[in-house]
Amino acid sequence: MLRRLLPLLALLLAPASVAAQERVLNVYNWSDYIDPAVVERFTRETGIRVRYDVYDSLETLEGRLSAGRSGYDLIVPTSEPTFARLLRAGALLPLDRARIPNWGNLDPTLMARVAVIDPGNRHGAIYLWGTVGLGIRPDLVRAALPGVALDSLDILMKPENARRLARCGIMVMDSPTDVLPSVLRWLGRDPNGHSDADHRAAEAALRAIRPHVRAIVPSSAILDALATGEACVALTYSGDVIQAATRAREANRGVEVGYVMPREGAQLWFDLMAIPADAPNPEAAHAFINFLLQPDVMAAITNQVRYPNAVPTSRPMVAAAVRDDRNVFPDDAALARTFVAGTPPREAERARTRLWSRFKAGR
Amino acid sequence: MKARLAVLAPAWAWLLLFVAAPAGILAAIAFAEADPGIPPFRLALSGIGFATLAEDTYYLEAFGTALRVAGITAGLCLLLGYPMAMAIARARPGRRVLLLALLMLPFWTGFLLRVGAWIGLLRDQGWINGVLLALGMTEAPLHLLYTEGAMLAGMVHAYLPFAVLPLFAALVRLDPTLVEAAEDLGARPAVAFLTVTLPVTAPAAAAAFLLVFIPAAGEFVIPELMGPPEAQLVGRVLWQEFFQNRDWPVAAALAVVLLVLLLAPIRLFQRLEARP
Repeated sequence: MLRRLLPLLALLLAPASVAAQERVLNVYNWSDYIDPAVVERFTRETGIRVRYDVYDSLETLEGRLSAGRSGYDLIVPTSEPTFARLLRAGALLPLDRARIPNWGNLDPTLMARVAVIDPGNRHGAIYLWGTVGLGIRPDLVRAALPGVALDSLDILMKPENARRLARCGIMVMDSPTDVLPSVLRWLGRDPNGHSDADHRAAEAALRAIRPHVRAIVPSSAILDALATGEACVALTYSGDVIQAATRAREANRGVEVGYVMPREGAQLWFDLMAIPADAPNPEAAHAFINFLLQPDVMAAITNQVRYPNAVPTSRPMVAAAVRDDRNVFPDDAALARTFVAGTPPREAERARTRLWSRFKAGR
Repeated sequence: MKARLAVLAPAWAWLLLFVAAPAGILAAIAFAEADPGIPPFRLALSGIGFATLAEDTYYLEAFGTALRVAGITAGLCLLLGYPMAMAIARARPGRRVLLLALLMLPFWTGFLLRVGAWIGLLRDQGWINGVLLALGMTEAPLHLLYTEGAMLAGMVHAYLPFAVLPLFAALVRLDPTLVEAAEDLGARPAVAFLTVTLPVTAPAAAAAFLLVFIPAAGEFVIPELMGPPEAQLVGRVLWQEFFQNRDWPVAAALAVVLLVLLLAPIRLFQRLEARP
């Protein structure tokens, strides 16, 4: 009964499963994550109407997908944890590369790193990617921490530094998957360590700075706080920091925001274009992926949202300010130090979430 | 008999479809086993979800925090709601409608919009800090957002009409000659309120308290957007289990326990309602 009811309910909530025949593509992507002109161009060229829906957290995406029959044709989950979990749940359609001639435009080095999560790259193509690091207000941090080099997680993770920065505002994004690996790496441990000892060490390090942390909130809230100057140090996604910096410049209120890619080695993450197994219109989804992987289209997207893409031939068309920003496109040396977070076993996942709750509660 | 059935049928259908059926689904998921898949559980009579709740004091604390915050919210709503309800009840009948409309008006705007407005008021670069800084009353912005005070302000604001309306309904029916008699006999207004108005309207006050308390105990949005990270209420913990852990059985078990916990005050509320 239940198994029959749930899909029914999901169907009622689904955006457009019925409209599949009339050449509609249902896209579900992160908010503020595309150049709207690109979508219009796709419709002009193919005649496929795009219904573009957005989420601002992976949890929302996963929640919608988990009930089944979401009605979406193309989703953009982050490699870990959502893409990996959807893959394990059998919720993703293998991509048909014959329908994606532009697949060859993808950077093979980056795709190889995704293969850790998606063996053989069968289910996902990189849309945009980035690192996890610190968004800072250099003026305030330099004043609070004279003589401290601004290139490492030491800024946040050393309790004596955190104590001195507490006044100007420390924030950490509310996402154990995106924070714990970096903390482990900072501790000199395996970022993909899932043993009790790893968890204990990470928890001790986080608790030591907890009294100085003002807010542990979703990354979208951190973007806001950095742009308005409410936070002077925040652990979050690179692209969000770069967007916050742009917004702060536009607001013209004397707030300067910079990004610190930790020299210890930053966590790499990938937002992957994928097709749900029950997508009503997988043909259109393949066409859209192929369309997006064109160099000029990818360049337009990167120029708009300031995240790096994985199509190297788009680089000449990316605005110089974005292209030459080492925080957007890290150089090879910095890229060599990055790591990709793997999928923890289920038991470790629960231990990790519990650890995170204790960190948030400050108990 | 047939006519009676016909009249009640929509009500029963409503209850069955939107109360009993969801509660049944919830209970079924609460007893299921988590399983990576779509949907992420396997139907069974395992009870692992409930066992997880019993094993870790974290959940107990979440219930404690939720009940405490809901209690404070309901108490503050009563304190603020009484004078408001009295003022409206004692206004000229023509003006009452206007005052009630003013009370309800903010309620008609979107809930998230109002929370957003609070965030705009309370944030470091917000309106309140702007005024304080401009007047020289503070050197650096006060950290108002992400505090327990901010969370309570948001909750009281969201739930205040639930407290004012039942109080108003009781106060407007209160025979004014009772208070006049007390005052004629020498009672000061405060004494008259405590010995006459309060006892007569006590059932309405209890109803007002519960109408705020029950939804506030499960609140998620306001603690998440305005509260401090340490305010881990049941609503937030449930969200974590559902979305971050993807453990639907534990999340459903939390919802079932909260429902059972709230049944007691709901029963109490029914008793009060039943009183003449």
